[in-house]
Amino acid sequence: MEVKEREAYQAVIGLEFHAHIATRTKMFCGCRVSYGDEPNTHTCPVCLGHPGALPVANERAVELGVMAGLAMGCEVAPRAVFARKNYFYPDLPKGYQISQYEEPICTGGHIDVQTSSGTVRVRIRRLHLEEDTAKNVHVGTSGRMHGSTASLIDFNRSGTPLMEIVTEPDIPSAEAARETALRLRDILRAVGASEADMEKGQLRCEANVSIRNPDGSLGTRTELKNINSFRFMERAIERELRRQREIVASGGTVRQTTIHYDPEDDEVYETRSKEYAEDYRYFPEPDLLPLQLSEEWVEGLRARLPELPEAMRARFIKQYGLSEEAAGVLTVERELAAYYEEVAAQVDPRQAANWISGDLRALLNESGLSISECKILPGHMAELIGLVQSGDLSRSAAKEVLERSFETGERPQEIVEREGLGTVGGDELSGIVERVISSNPEEARRVREGDRKVVGFLIGQVMRETRGNADGGKVREILMEKLGS
Amino acid sequence: MLELSAFELAGKIASGEVSAREAAEAASERVEAAEPEVHAMITPTPELALERAERVDERRARGEELAPWEGVPIAVKDVLSTRGVRTTCGSRILENFEPVYEATALARLGEPVVVGKANMDEFAMGSSTENSAFGPTRNPWDLSRVPGGSSGGSAAAVAAGEGWWALGTDTGGSVRQPAALCGIVGLKPTYGRVSRYGLVAFASSLDQIGPMTRDVRDAALLLSAIAGRDPRDSTSASAEVPDYLAELDRGVEGLRVGIIGEMMGEGIEPGVREVVERAARSLEEAGAEVGEAHLPHQEYALAAYYIIAPAEVSSNLARFDGVRYGMRVEAEGVHEMFRRTRGRGFGDEAKRRIMLGTYALSSGYYEAYYAQAQKVRTRIIEDFRAAFSRFDVLLSPTSPTVAFGLGEKVEDPLAMYAQDICSIPANLAGIPAISVPGGLSEGLPVGVQLMGNHFAEATLLRAARTVEEASGFRFEMRP
Repeated sequence: MEVKEREAYQAVIGLEFHAHIATRTKMFCGCRVSYGDEPNTHTCPVCLGHPGALPVANERAVELGVMAGLAMGCEVAPRAVFARKNYFYPDLPKGYQISQYEEPICTGGHIDVQTSSGTVRVRIRRLHLEEDTAKNVHVGTSGRMHGSTASLIDFNRSGTPLMEIVTEPDIPSAEAARETALRLRDILRAVGASEADMEKGQLRCEANVSIRNPDGSLGTRTELKNINSFRFMERAIERELRRQREIVASGGTVRQTTIHYDPEDDEVYETRSKEYAEDYRYFPEPDLLPLQLSEEWVEGLRARLPELPEAMRARFIKQYGLSEEAAGVLTVERELAAYYEEVAAQVDPRQAANWISGDLRALLNESGLSISECKILPGHMAELIGLVQSGDLSRSAAKEVLERSFETGERPQEIVEREGLGTVGGDELSGIVERVISSNPEEARRVREGDRKVVGFLIGQVMRETRGNADGGKVREILMEKLGS
Repeated sequence: MLELSAFELAGKIASGEVSAREAAEAASERVEAAEPEVHAMITPTPELALERAERVDERRARGEELAPWEGVPIAVKDVLSTRGVRTTCGSRILENFEPVYEATALARLGEPVVVGKANMDEFAMGSSTENSAFGPTRNPWDLSRVPGGSSGGSAAAVAAGEGWWALGTDTGGSVRQPAALCGIVGLKPTYGRVSRYGLVAFASSLDQIGPMTRDVRDAALLLSAIAGRDPRDSTSASAEVPDYLAELDRGVEGLRVGIIGEMMGEGIEPGVREVVERAARSLEEAGAEVGEAHLPHQEYALAAYYIIAPAEVSSNLARFDGVRYGMRVEAEGVHEMFRRTRGRGFGDEAKRRIMLGTYALSSGYYEAYYAQAQKVRTRIIEDFRAAFSRFDVLLSPTSPTVAFGLGEKVEDPLAMYAQDICSIPANLAGIPAISVPGGLSEGLPVGVQLMGNHFAEATLLRAARTVEEASGFRFEMRP
């Protein structure tokens, strides 16, 4: 389509994220935060909402929330107030969720996002702290409450610390939305505020999607719920934008609804109409005093902020002479960046970047392992790259060694020695070159006479003799020397 | 033994003159004798009392030093969590609910010899204990009258000698008003002075647990047991807990006492007013300076209270939904189950306040009601601040009337709400207040209320002690 139409119906997207805060214990009690444990094994009167139980705010969660905010350039409120969000649902033991409403802990800030059409600055409206609900498990149906024979509740998740991060509707495309989510994940991981794994439900996202009408007015927005992977996020938003554009282009109006995306058939569905807004009857939580955050405390946290992905990317480009792209890949994951830096300290940093962002990452992706699970230690990686650099190992042989070492964790040097993969060189190589010259007199003569085109043929013959374990440059050097040209 | 104060009894238990077991048995006998008429208890716990008393005696026999309040039988309002003992809050919805943990205030008593869980208005909402799902309590002074509320069961239990003392809770006067109507001492401490952990919330920003006792000394003793910071209640104060008993007899020489003009006029029974005036004179005779104090926004306190408290109620009672504990009425679908459980589980007053509060917090009405009420609250706090710049203690009636007849105000919620007109401001401001018997009117006890600045309980107790001594009123077991 239809570039024109796209321009006329420009996308206006805002994102809302819920990220589990990486604390050991819950938001308002001392129960352990856990995933996948036996149901209802980490509960107490507080997270079960028993009568008379009172919440006590988790200081570490407050700290991590503020650090995430600082990392995005947010302002930290000197006073933040917890509020009750009232609604009835079986997974909400108190009948209200403790959240923040009028006075959130962080406001302002931004994330800069690179897209194919340039840099987009996505402003952060607010970041606030809250608790997660319990988890409903519906028995006897496809997992939905309606029509199920019974509903079970696992309260292990009840009270898990969350931060909600809301962006301004600054996002102009599905691609930019996906990039925003990725950058946010990087930041949260960098400061240790959240593991932010979408697949594990540690990072959940909702998108408010609307389009700008040709007359410049803003269309009705719909709420895209339950986005659980970065990949589907872009597709889901793209699909919803298309739906809205089609409605408007054909003279209809978009209804304010909640939209569910089905990746199976790449289709969006309205799940419920939002004719009236739910009334959560927010009011300040009387069981918790307002958080008082002194400037010194905030500055103390700011000083403890680690190097953020953006800064690290810039440093990698400058310090190691990497391309924008390679630096981007290597700084997405903190562990990967650290791995890289360890290798780059021992060998040529650009070579290290090539090997790690290319071959090693491909192996990791294939196997589904993370860098911290990788069996090749940084020292071994450096050793392998060193062998290639010194000409002792050919590139193709090195790939083979890398794969073996990746599987077994063996030292590259050992593999090379055992398998005889080392480069043929010195007297041996000289001998092979001489043999090739004498068994191809016609070609040798033509080279001597200055026909450079057949040099490649002779090199190929030598390489065949060495089964590829020779350095091409070296072979050419010896060959030319012996043929006296 | 039954005529001793808790302080005296504790002394005898500590010295071995009386065993805790004997005291527990005596209390339980009183429960058995008085309950058919008074009905102060929802759940008498004679076995528990005996078991705990025996442990106290064993510890003493082992040479352990007992805390100065240990072994004294106590009645506990049924809104405080007791591990393994049903805690109903006076409601059908929690009829068979047994908490898995103990409220902090109780746990601080060490081995509390609990003689029973005392009757109360459902979820502490009411001023007569007629809103209990388990039937009303009667006033031991006159069985045709109410004991006040919502801690009416606790007050009646103490007046009837069913325990030497009791714990109540006070959200708008629920410790002081029944204490006044039953002729005992009731103290609402500063908000945050006593941990609310384990107190089933009515209105969290107003609730406070308080001692209900035979005399002022006992109130000082019980307060010193339960007061202090609790890490499990982040609204509990870390301010140091003074030695209330040691302060008690310092007298009132030089203390500035202000009679609150706005609480001595219309609506106050003449007999009640007389008793309060007499109390003022006795303070003056004991060396205090007495003048007139003013709380200009007093007339709005009731209205603000009846917005803020129901707003918090509507949220606090949401957890009673039939999902995890307490009553459940089975129905098709979860929302229908919620609806029927709550419909059958809650009584009229609870429902009335849930609806009021839900309305007051609704978007579109929040500003007009809840936010406005909070502004009034701020004004009232400022009124008190101004008053305390001139006076150390403020004086008023606790309740505008003496005990009224059972059923008399049931049909008229507003008349019932007006019972709290003198007590509510202290809750809105979070300041401490005490009701001490000042004498009789029409043969029924009248409570005198003293209010102090935040954490000035020691001063209040001194002044209350002076009123108590001058009144000539002495605790006497009834009926």
